[in-house]
Amino acid sequence: MSVAVAELATRSRVHYLNESYGVKSWLLTTDHKRIAILYMVSITFMFLVGACAAALMRIQLLEPAGAIVQPETYNKLFSIHGIIMVWFFLIPSIPAVLGNFLIPMMIGARDVAFPKLNLLSWYIYIIGACFILYTLIYGGVDTGWTFYTPYSSTYSNSHVFGAAAGVFIVGFSSILTGLNFIVTVHKMRAPGMTWFRLPLFIWSLYATSIVLVLATPVLAITLSLMAMERFLHIGIFNPAIGGDPLLFQHLFWFYSHPAVYIMVLPAMGVISELVAAYSRRRVYGYAFVAFSSFAIALIAFLVWGHHMFVSGQSVYAGMVFSALSFLVAIPSGIKVFNWTATLYKGSNSYDAPMLYALGFLGLFTMGGLTGLFLASLSIDVHLHDTYFVIAHFHYIMVGGSVMAYMGGLHYWWPKMTGRLYPDKWARFAAFTIFIGFNLTFFPQYILGYLGMLRRYAVYPAQFQALNVLSSAGASILGVGYFIPLVYLIWSMRYGREAGPNPWRAKGLEWETASPPPRENFEETPIVTEEAYAYPTRPRAVRV
Amino acid sequence: MASAKIVPVRTYILTFIALLVLLGVTTGVAYIHLGIGNTVIALVIAFVKMLLVLLFFMHLFYDKGIKRLAFAVGLLWLAILIVLSSADVFTRHWTPVPRGWGPDISLQQGPK
Amino acid sequence: MSESAITQAGRPILEEHFETLPAQEEARKLGMWVFLITEILFFGGLFATYTVYRELYLPGFTQGSHFIEVKWGAINTAVLIVSSLTMALAIRSVQVGKRKGTTLGLLGITMLLGVVFLCIKFILEWRVDYLHHHVPGINFDYAGPHAAHVKLFFLFYFYMTGLHAIHVIVGIGILLALSYLTWRGRFSPKYYSPIEVAGLYWHFVDIIWIFLFPLLYLIGGR
Repeated sequence: MSVAVAELATRSRVHYLNESYGVKSWLLTTDHKRIAILYMVSITFMFLVGACAAALMRIQLLEPAGAIVQPETYNKLFSIHGIIMVWFFLIPSIPAVLGNFLIPMMIGARDVAFPKLNLLSWYIYIIGACFILYTLIYGGVDTGWTFYTPYSSTYSNSHVFGAAAGVFIVGFSSILTGLNFIVTVHKMRAPGMTWFRLPLFIWSLYATSIVLVLATPVLAITLSLMAMERFLHIGIFNPAIGGDPLLFQHLFWFYSHPAVYIMVLPAMGVISELVAAYSRRRVYGYAFVAFSSFAIALIAFLVWGHHMFVSGQSVYAGMVFSALSFLVAIPSGIKVFNWTATLYKGSNSYDAPMLYALGFLGLFTMGGLTGLFLASLSIDVHLHDTYFVIAHFHYIMVGGSVMAYMGGLHYWWPKMTGRLYPDKWARFAAFTIFIGFNLTFFPQYILGYLGMLRRYAVYPAQFQALNVLSSAGASILGVGYFIPLVYLIWSMRYGREAGPNPWRAKGLEWETASPPPRENFEETPIVTEEAYAYPTRPRAVRV
Repeated sequence: MASAKIVPVRTYILTFIALLVLLGVTTGVAYIHLGIGNTVIALVIAFVKMLLVLLFFMHLFYDKGIKRLAFAVGLLWLAILIVLSSADVFTRHWTPVPRGWGPDISLQQGPK
Repeated sequence: MSESAITQAGRPILEEHFETLPAQEEARKLGMWVFLITEILFFGGLFATYTVYRELYLPGFTQGSHFIEVKWGAINTAVLIVSSLTMALAIRSVQVGKRKGTTLGLLGITMLLGVVFLCIKFILEWRVDYLHHHVPGINFDYAGPHAAHVKLFFLFYFYMTGLHAIHVIVGIGILLALSYLTWRGRFSPKYYSPIEVAGLYWHFVDIIWIFLFPLLYLIGGR
């Protein structure tokens, strides 16, 4: 059959993208797949805004005295970069885009449990984003993404209300998404889809949803207390009138440390899928990987005090938090070990998604291990608030989460659009991102170790060489992110037809057409086998 | 729907009466001076009242499994939040601050 | 797929992405329970802050607590407990298929008690607090011992009871909508999950008050 005929066949087939047209059919949709696309477009836009702020910061730091902006502006740049990247890109990235698209398909459901709530959560996200963009246009906020009191509640002269309102609102979007996923995984599984047949992506998103649901409300109430303090000046967090600013930090990090796992747990789920698909093996130690997600979700809530070692927190609490922080390494280590064991002697192929997965493994491991340095009380005293911290969490969040998001996007792109992207370009972009990323952030480890503090618009001259290196890396990284933007959009029109299962991967989502029909499956699938049931390779026969 | 159990009116009424009695007890006890005991008793009674509402009005007595677990997780996480935050605040003054490092309460209070 | 054809008051009651009605009902109930967990943690942030400050500034908080009247707190607790009873009975009356009037009556009493609660809260308590200059940030004038801490107490008092009052108002709104649907004949022993789920919410709001009452009104004895 010629390509043209196949193309004609798919064109005429009704699927979720062509079942209806027009703005209204998108803005009022309750289809989880369309909502995923809405999210994808929105977070890509927010990513670009946040990336512009980062670019300006890297240009500023080319020169010790600051290249382009005033220190006040610089404060606003890093604040908006943090706020947008954390709440408006990373937290919704994998859950709201890939999760929304895939959870119902992977468990054999027609939609999530509450489709209208799902759409509502996107609208709430948009309202929150509008507040942030408003804040940005009317002068920005300079508190950092952490909104530490009493600076934010008493002294800052920037638009703290607008920014806090945006974050407060977007929190409810996360809560609704998490709630929806929990109920979906519990109640919408297809017949035969038992818990231990679930793909690991589902396990990790389930754990993520639990964290979302338990942590986000505390952030909301904390920000509201901060705003009230700013409005009424009563002294909730102002030590001059009996308040305790550290209490704000406790409440803030009760959310924001687990938020790190909200960002990285879904990434781990994606990596499990990628590793299995491209090594053509069942993930080694399935149950361990599944339960380690829960272990991470639990421990996530017990370690927040390691952000406050030098804030004046009690030494005794510090010791407890430090000891507990080391525990996170165990489930994370189990996961990395099991992925590596899966790759070992697997029938590996190195398509673009696999390159991202391998990038994740290395970068996440480095980010995680440097986290152990920071969890140690005494070392943290030296490294706290330096670029070492910046490098550490960018290795986790960009090297980990964004790598996984890109990998997942490439892996499921044929499913979402029905088209294949040019593989050569994709691999080239993956390498560019990997190189650019390391060039940007590895020098920052050294800078931090040497004592360069974060959040300063200027720095001593001896740090210039490494800073220039980092800025150069950032421009390569920027190019790396730009290439996929171009060829992915290009592929939507000109890409080759993908067919239902271009990677010959296992999983319910690959058993339906690409793009899938509105109701996902022609008829409700009945699951009879475990996840990743790849055929075992015949052993070499010894004679 | 067949899945939900229909609870007899008697159970609801008994729960209601128990709640009112506990309300009376907690209000009354507040007027007897017991020091820390007042807080403990008030919170224990509140906890029992919560359990009554959960079990009978909200049917957790009949709905086993995930819903019970869900609520228990919520309470446990609240406990984590309160205990670990307090663990800092109430142990902060255990470490004496060296003389000359600013106003310090623990040194003034505890003469060596 | 015969079940998807079930309609009540002209509208299908089984949403198309669910296989069966019990599955849909179970999903909604679990959804509400998960939502209630988020509410625990939402109020939990306040409870945690309150616990810490109450422990740090016990004399000031006790002093502040003595300015508010136990009488109204206790009466309001009773009002909410009665409303929980009528809510539970309203659900039961749909479950067993009693006349529409009975359900509507019970829902009506529940809402009415919600309104009574709010009236006591706003008119008999908050207004008086305002007249006594006990509203931090707006009208606060107290120069006795522990002034700063009394102010902090009143902040928490207003924030926690205010947030709770918002939940009561939302609850009344939900019940109003459900009363309309009941009147239209939307519910039957076969389909009543919206009322049941709203009931869970209403009872939960009651539970929050069960804790607010001793924490705010009964500190350190009277």
